[in-house]
Amino acid sequence: MITAGIDCGAKNTKTVILKDGKIIGKGMVFTGFEQSEAVKASLEMALKDAGITAQDLSHIGGTGSGAKSIQEADVKVNDIKAMSMAAHYFFPHSRTVADVGAEEGRAAKCDEKGNVVDFAINEKCAAGAGAFIEAMGRALETPLTEMGELALSSDKAIAMNAQCTIFAESEVVGLIHAKTAKKDISKAIHDAMASRIVSMIRRIGVNPDIVMIGGVAYNSGFVSALHRELAVEKIYVPEDPEFGAAVGAAVVAAVDGQ
Amino acid sequence: MPEEKKPEFWRWLETNWVNPDIKWEDAQIITAGIDVGSVSSQALVMTDGEIYAYGNMRTGSDSPDSARSALKFALEKTTLPQEKIHYCIGTGYGRVNVPMADRSVTEIACHARGANFIYGPQVRTVLDVGGQDIKAIRCDDKGKVTNFLMNDKCAAGTGRGMEVFSDLLSVPIGDVGDRSFQIDKEPIAVSSTCVVYAKSEATGLLRKGLDTNEVLAAYCSAMADRIYSLLERVGVEPEFAITGGMAKNRGVIDRLKKKMGIEPMKTKWDTQLAGAVGAALFGYALTKKGKGSGN
Repeated sequence: MITAGIDCGAKNTKTVILKDGKIIGKGMVFTGFEQSEAVKASLEMALKDAGITAQDLSHIGGTGSGAKSIQEADVKVNDIKAMSMAAHYFFPHSRTVADVGAEEGRAAKCDEKGNVVDFAINEKCAAGAGAFIEAMGRALETPLTEMGELALSSDKAIAMNAQCTIFAESEVVGLIHAKTAKKDISKAIHDAMASRIVSMIRRIGVNPDIVMIGGVAYNSGFVSALHRELAVEKIYVPEDPEFGAAVGAAVVAAVDGQ
Repeated sequence: MPEEKKPEFWRWLETNWVNPDIKWEDAQIITAGIDVGSVSSQALVMTDGEIYAYGNMRTGSDSPDSARSALKFALEKTTLPQEKIHYCIGTGYGRVNVPMADRSVTEIACHARGANFIYGPQVRTVLDVGGQDIKAIRCDDKGKVTNFLMNDKCAAGTGRGMEVFSDLLSVPIGDVGDRSFQIDKEPIAVSSTCVVYAKSEATGLLRKGLDTNEVLAAYCSAMADRIYSLLERVGVEPEFAITGGMAKNRGVIDRLKKKMGIEPMKTKWDTQLAGAVGAALFGYALTKKGKGSGN
């Protein structure tokens, strides 16, 4: 059976094609103003990547903050379900999964089948989402893709006082004026953000194995900060973590669609 | 009354003013209060406890410079030389960086004292919505602080948030209030007031078919909710007065008024001046007691 999972996020829209439990195609586009256009474009891209047509799909699962705009989907998958199924798909031993996207952070506790036991969400405050590091990258005049590596090259621990992203920007500018090294500022930024995600994870309990998905998981500096803060052996990150929720949606579509 | 200066696209107007009925040469004690906030700075000069002149402008990246230029701006229309000022007090977020200040006083104390002056001694609860924080202050008939609550952790509901939003929707900040009432039906308040999310919130509402004025209304309403929750915690005792730049935004204030069921007090003075007024008054009291400089 071939299914598709579409995750319409705040920043990017991702589609994954799943054939008998194997990923055979992927597509990602910038969400922009017209969510339904982004959904169409990412689906087309993924179908092309897989070398199949829409007729070959048995079911389509839709998830993400823009899930309502996914008219193509016949199976609606909520964000938490998608993330825990994704964690289970990649790492069947996972019990805790963190999904940190551009504008939301979520943590879910799951059982050995990938079912959700408990969860916590932050969708109110950018200080606990990818937008925080993006904004700080702008203040540091450093591309987002280099922020993590930069943080890894520092061994200093500078505390950031500001919680709010808007105020933290001024604090970063202040640190720049005080001639603080860029790498040390970058580490402080990742540490601050990691401590907020950790406090969210602690609300549902820290149960290994811990998996992280979402766009922020590409950031090795952040994963390392999270690792340090959580004091666990390892944090499991799948290849292409940003497609995590889409994979979860495709898995659910295959199960529920039957 | 104040003359408007430099009307930029979405920024609020910088103003300075001098009282034509006062001759500084006749004054016994001349004091200044300089309030260097995170977004705006005010310098205000008092002659014997009366407002003589003031300047209200945007804070630059450097606090000492902002204090200097605000005072220069305040004195621009007067013949008063700066060295004739007997005592100067700095307040606000950048109060430790006011080079000409003889001492500094916290903005909480200054706002309560200032509100007592510009609104009258009946005021018991002062709400100050500044550029980067919200303060709810309870005070007595002398303008002395009895209790206060402050949110300086989150930019949502502050003036900075409103600036970002007005810029995002290309609506001059002075028009936001009026335009937020040019609607057929009051929309539901936006659920997330995070300033960083303003863009996706606005896009989401426009996607749903709301027009710009309705989006403004939804945002003003959410800001009123946030401010109200802080006031609820400190407890509102009438009379109630609002200081800071947000007091000029009826989109937020009228909605807040409706929630509270209390009519805020009115003043002829610029509400952004309260902190500087309080600082100048503290300077006046100190000098009168002989504790000022040069005595």
